[in-house]
Amino acid sequence: MEQLLYGGAGVILFALGLWAFLVYEPLLRKLIALNIMGSGVFHLLIAIAERGELPPDPVPHALVLTGIVVAVSATALALAMGRRLEDDSGGR
Amino acid sequence: MRRAASLIIGAIITALALWLLWVLQTALDMGAGPRLAEQAFAGLPTTGVSNPVTAVLLSYRGYDTLLELGVLLAALLGIWSLGVASPGFQPAGVVLSGMVRLVVPLLVLTGGYLLWVGGYAPGGAFQAGALLGAAGVVMRLAGDETAGLPGIRAQRWLIVAGVAVFVLVGLATLALGQGFLSYPQAWSKWLILAIETAATVAIGTTLAAAYVGGRPWSHAVVGGRD
Amino acid sequence: MDASLALAVSVPLIGGLLATALPKRAQGLGLLASVATVLVVGWVMAGVWQQGSLHAELGGWAAPLGIALAADGLSAALLGMAALVALGVGIYASGYFRSADADRHFWPLWLLLWAALNGLLLAADLFNIYVTLELLGLTAAALGALTGTVDAVRANLRYLLVGLLGSMTYLLGVALVYTSYGTLDLGLLSNALEPGPVAATALVLMTAGLALKAALFPLHFWLPPAHANAPAPVSAALSALVVKAAFYLILRLWLDVFAPVVTPSAAGLMGMLGALAVIWGSWRALRAERLKLLAAYSTVAQIGYLCLFLPLLQALPPGAERDDLFVALVLMALTHGLAKAGLFLAAGLVQRSAGHDRIDDLGGTAQHMPATTFTIALAGTALIGLPPSGSFVGKWILMTSALESGQWWWILVIAIGTLLAAAYVFRVLSRAFNLEPTPRSFVTQARTEVPALLLALTSVAVLGLAADPLWRLLGAGGGA
Repeated sequence: MEQLLYGGAGVILFALGLWAFLVYEPLLRKLIALNIMGSGVFHLLIAIAERGELPPDPVPHALVLTGIVVAVSATALALAMGRRLEDDSGGR
Repeated sequence: MRRAASLIIGAIITALALWLLWVLQTALDMGAGPRLAEQAFAGLPTTGVSNPVTAVLLSYRGYDTLLELGVLLAALLGIWSLGVASPGFQPAGVVLSGMVRLVVPLLVLTGGYLLWVGGYAPGGAFQAGALLGAAGVVMRLAGDETAGLPGIRAQRWLIVAGVAVFVLVGLATLALGQGFLSYPQAWSKWLILAIETAATVAIGTTLAAAYVGGRPWSHAVVGGRD
Repeated sequence: MDASLALAVSVPLIGGLLATALPKRAQGLGLLASVATVLVVGWVMAGVWQQGSLHAELGGWAAPLGIALAADGLSAALLGMAALVALGVGIYASGYFRSADADRHFWPLWLLLWAALNGLLLAADLFNIYVTLELLGLTAAALGALTGTVDAVRANLRYLLVGLLGSMTYLLGVALVYTSYGTLDLGLLSNALEPGPVAATALVLMTAGLALKAALFPLHFWLPPAHANAPAPVSAALSALVVKAAFYLILRLWLDVFAPVVTPSAAGLMGMLGALAVIWGSWRALRAERLKLLAAYSTVAQIGYLCLFLPLLQALPPGAERDDLFVALVLMALTHGLAKAGLFLAAGLVQRSAGHDRIDDLGGTAQHMPATTFTIALAGTALIGLPPSGSFVGKWILMTSALESGQWWWILVIAIGTLLAAAYVFRVLSRAFNLEPTPRSFVTQARTEVPALLLALTSVAVLGLAADPLWRLLGAGGGA
């Protein structure tokens, strides 16, 4: 039950992020939305690492760490591209 | 019109979320299910580290981490290809710069501690690298245009250090006939520490350089945008 | 333990590192790394040719705890195509970029992209695929924006965001798989998998994410501007390789790993989307005003053709006929990859020479560059599917199996797509036959024209007339 609660929260975060990504135009909102989707997936992975009495599963934890680095990298590149567009169009 | 569209999208996504929740419950109801934790714990003594997450990141699934460092590098190369950095912020006042002088060494020290502690407790290369990167961010916010980073030529070597050490270790073990990234057990601990140290430096440099947001100025004089 | 697999990823990766650290020697190091990578890929292909498939456990840990690399006929064929195209693109690029600065930025990213591509084609682990997909997506978007124009940056920013959306959706599917099956290894997963809502949902999520990256209709909207605005060598690689890589993963999941989960109606839906892609992409290519935009829309159509194979492969029982159809699918993918790379490289030369690539005003330019015009004609032959190109054989087998399995309606789609392709190719070529003074030499700039020409020539002549080894490679690999 607890797992469903935490994992379900991850699924809902994913859905909220997806909605915001599709509905809002500005780059910053889209990027935040993508990161929320990512957090949702990471949340789910952390939730399923926990199995009752047993010690938590380190594999999903490691996957999440890898995923975070990838998300940071992609966000940084997207922000730099957005910044470049803003500079070129005179700060629109 | 837009409102209608976002409502329709909202309805579809709500249905999707409900479906996913149901599927998740089905997956969880299928019982405890297999997992890799037991195997991961069983293999731990031979990895040379006692923190299972570090063992997964650097030993069991080291190849993922190698490519992940490649992703970080690719992002910075992409940022550099977009143009030169904007000048930094104005120099900070006495209070801020005094605090920065205090905080930055602390961040570096804590980073080093996290790197070392990662072998047996939560911590490791990424956490340590993130602190180094944060030190760079703080310095740039306080007016240091370079975010405390060395010149472009040194930066280029620093950002490739993580992947380079990792892949060279992999090739060395391959040359020894052990297979890519199969550390000999006796050296495992030290190889992992070497890889993590290089990765920490690379991650810290890359994050700070990404925050600077463009090629450093010195290079811009030579090249310039085309 | 097979060393060649790890080397196929490490060699371009090291090349990328050196090109980053030593920017002044980036071009020389890049070309050197390209040649070395081609040699390693040749070694992998030889291994698959002899042993049927290759497998390597990384880190000394067997799956499921460790990560494995694997190569079979399908991945070997695509690796080989990627190596040919990448070598051509590399040589072309060494004569293409006018400023030293663009050249320095190109090489590290390009070699990282190649490493990601090889890693993706060899990956045998769901999460590892995610990491290679991200490396591929980031390097591709950064390379696409290398021209630095507002249009290019905007289109490739959108490409990056769409790619991230695709990866996140894919990753959610991976998380569901791990919840139920506790493994990420493709081989172990395909043994453990049982049809049910969890497996089906995971497949849908992963396919949706990958379809976004493969620009499968109606998720293709990002492709034409991103590919049309990138520098020519990059467009060639994006269209020929990066999009194919995502489609390769769809194939891997549908035909290999998740095969028991796939139902006829699901495969039929993919075929439907493919059919719409063929017609819509070809139509837009016909209406395109710019040569590079035409090439980009034609890529949308070509991905559609590949999807048409899915319902037929699903309907056929394992056997010689299904193997033939699978080889035809790979043949189409290879032919298109080589032809499209040649076409984009040639389009880049036309654009550079004329200062634009508006199809209606190209007459004189095309005539000044006989080799380039010939390249466009050859690539066009392959895109239409005229004999002796590889896609002629591919389409022929596709139509035969459509007839035999009673799904005749796909033949209509193929016929319409082929007619439209003929129309858009001849629309370009007809401009080349104005009355202009004939130039003295066939080749005007060898370093850029020859790679383009050879790629297009391979797609027509080698793949069409000498496709037999492909049967052996794939048959031996048991990829189907």
